[in-house]
Amino acid sequence: MPLIKIRDLHFYRGDRAIFDGVNIDIQRGKITAIMGPSGTGKTTLLRLIGGQLRPDSGTIEVDGQNVHKLSHAGLYELRKRMGMLFQSGALLTDISVFDNVAFPLREHTDLPESMIRDLVLMKLQAVGLRNARNLMPAELSGGMARRVALARAVTLDPMMVMYDEPFTGQDPISMGTIVNLIHRLNDAMGLTSIVVSHDVRETTEIADIIYLLSAGKVIESGSPVQLKRSSSQWVQQFIQGLPDGPVPFHYPGTEFADDLLSPEVPA
Amino acid sequence: MIDFIQSLGRWGIDTLQRLGRGHLFLWYMVRGIPEVMLRFSLVIQQLHSVGVMSVMIILVSGLFVGMVLGLQGYNTLVDFGAEESLGVLVALSLVRELGPVVSALLFAGRAGSALTAEIGLMKSTEQLSGMEMMAVDPIRRIIGPRFVAGIISMPLLAAIFSAVGIFGGFVVGYGLLGVDDGAFWSQMQVKTDWYDDVLNGVIKSVVFGIVVTWIALFEGYDAAPTSEGVGRATTRTVVHSAFAILGLDFVLTALMFGGI
Repeated sequence: MPLIKIRDLHFYRGDRAIFDGVNIDIQRGKITAIMGPSGTGKTTLLRLIGGQLRPDSGTIEVDGQNVHKLSHAGLYELRKRMGMLFQSGALLTDISVFDNVAFPLREHTDLPESMIRDLVLMKLQAVGLRNARNLMPAELSGGMARRVALARAVTLDPMMVMYDEPFTGQDPISMGTIVNLIHRLNDAMGLTSIVVSHDVRETTEIADIIYLLSAGKVIESGSPVQLKRSSSQWVQQFIQGLPDGPVPFHYPGTEFADDLLSPEVPA
Repeated sequence: MIDFIQSLGRWGIDTLQRLGRGHLFLWYMVRGIPEVMLRFSLVIQQLHSVGVMSVMIILVSGLFVGMVLGLQGYNTLVDFGAEESLGVLVALSLVRELGPVVSALLFAGRAGSALTAEIGLMKSTEQLSGMEMMAVDPIRRIIGPRFVAGIISMPLLAAIFSAVGIFGGFVVGYGLLGVDDGAFWSQMQVKTDWYDDVLNGVIKSVVFGIVVTWIALFEGYDAAPTSEGVGRATTRTVVHSAFAILGLDFVLTALMFGGI
């Protein structure tokens, strides 16, 4: 049974359909990637799974529980078993790296401070930032902030971690570090990982299953190898990063020649 | 014409929606107060940044307001040979009106704007969302302690304002203008009533504390998550707080002293 079951998901922003009947299964223990061009609602999907947004119709079940039918307390109980890595890191800026990673433990457990220290150091060791524990978030580079956030996301030993665009804006070294970390943590901690991204190379490297989203629908899904062999022109354009194809280079509208010949004068 | 009616309708709907969100927000805050009280160390931290950090502006402003009251009051009273009542005039003006009102206006400018900017920035940098996903309710962990700290700080700041103001009035009256100090203090003591004057002043400042902190926190929480959005929210906090303070002051004064 999949850990997350999304069925017939519809979500609108104003009149625009972000999701128009999406079905996704996230298998336990696997790294599932959700890919698609910018603005297809990949981050929105994570927020729907985390219960921060409500769908207009359809259901999202996490570990057998319908996220949007849970009470406030039930939802918060479920979230303790979910980790999320935000694109910005979302570290608390007025406390140190150590306190950021210790934050969920101090909020949710009555562990003595000495044990919290050991646990936090273990998590920071896993992301290679044990010696940066006294720095403030403002003193970290983007890549380091994301690693601290990753350590914080797994502090409570969750069953799953959601990664929101983990590779965006990283230099090649920190990109490699994060790719490696997602893979290692998933295997070592027995996690289920959901990676939302549009970085094709890095994502295909670690994902077990990829769902390609566009215009509110799942266009294609399968293993990276299956996707590379897909006969769909749209999939090929996306995977190979071609500038023109089913997704046109030009914003849709009138033809260029018609525009030049039209008597329209800018207002 | 149709456009005008449409925009009027949209404005009405937006305003009603904001009011609704604001009141729901207040309800969530109030509902979380018992939990906040159990972790009072969080409130103490906020008492420092919301209350203690506002003391300086309250001290300086209170002193000058009291001194001006001393000068103006003396000039009016001396024509009637009643300059010895200066103490009463200064004390009642401060305790009943200027203490709660001016300190609340200063509080909105100093602490209210800071609260809105802080919460707005936490929202725009996804810190509040991050907290929700860590199963920590930001309304109880971040907003609640600030709300309680604001309610506790406001009457204390108003009391400091009034006390310093009375001292300022005394310095001007006795030191500069030669009013008899015995008359200044004894008339004040006789004419200032604990219940009618002091308690009503305290009630006013508690109400202002609730309203200003609520507005400041809600504006931050409801701000558009952009730098422009946070800037606008901060301005709105100061403007809306000023309106709310002055409007409520009239209502409360009418209820307390208006014989209604």
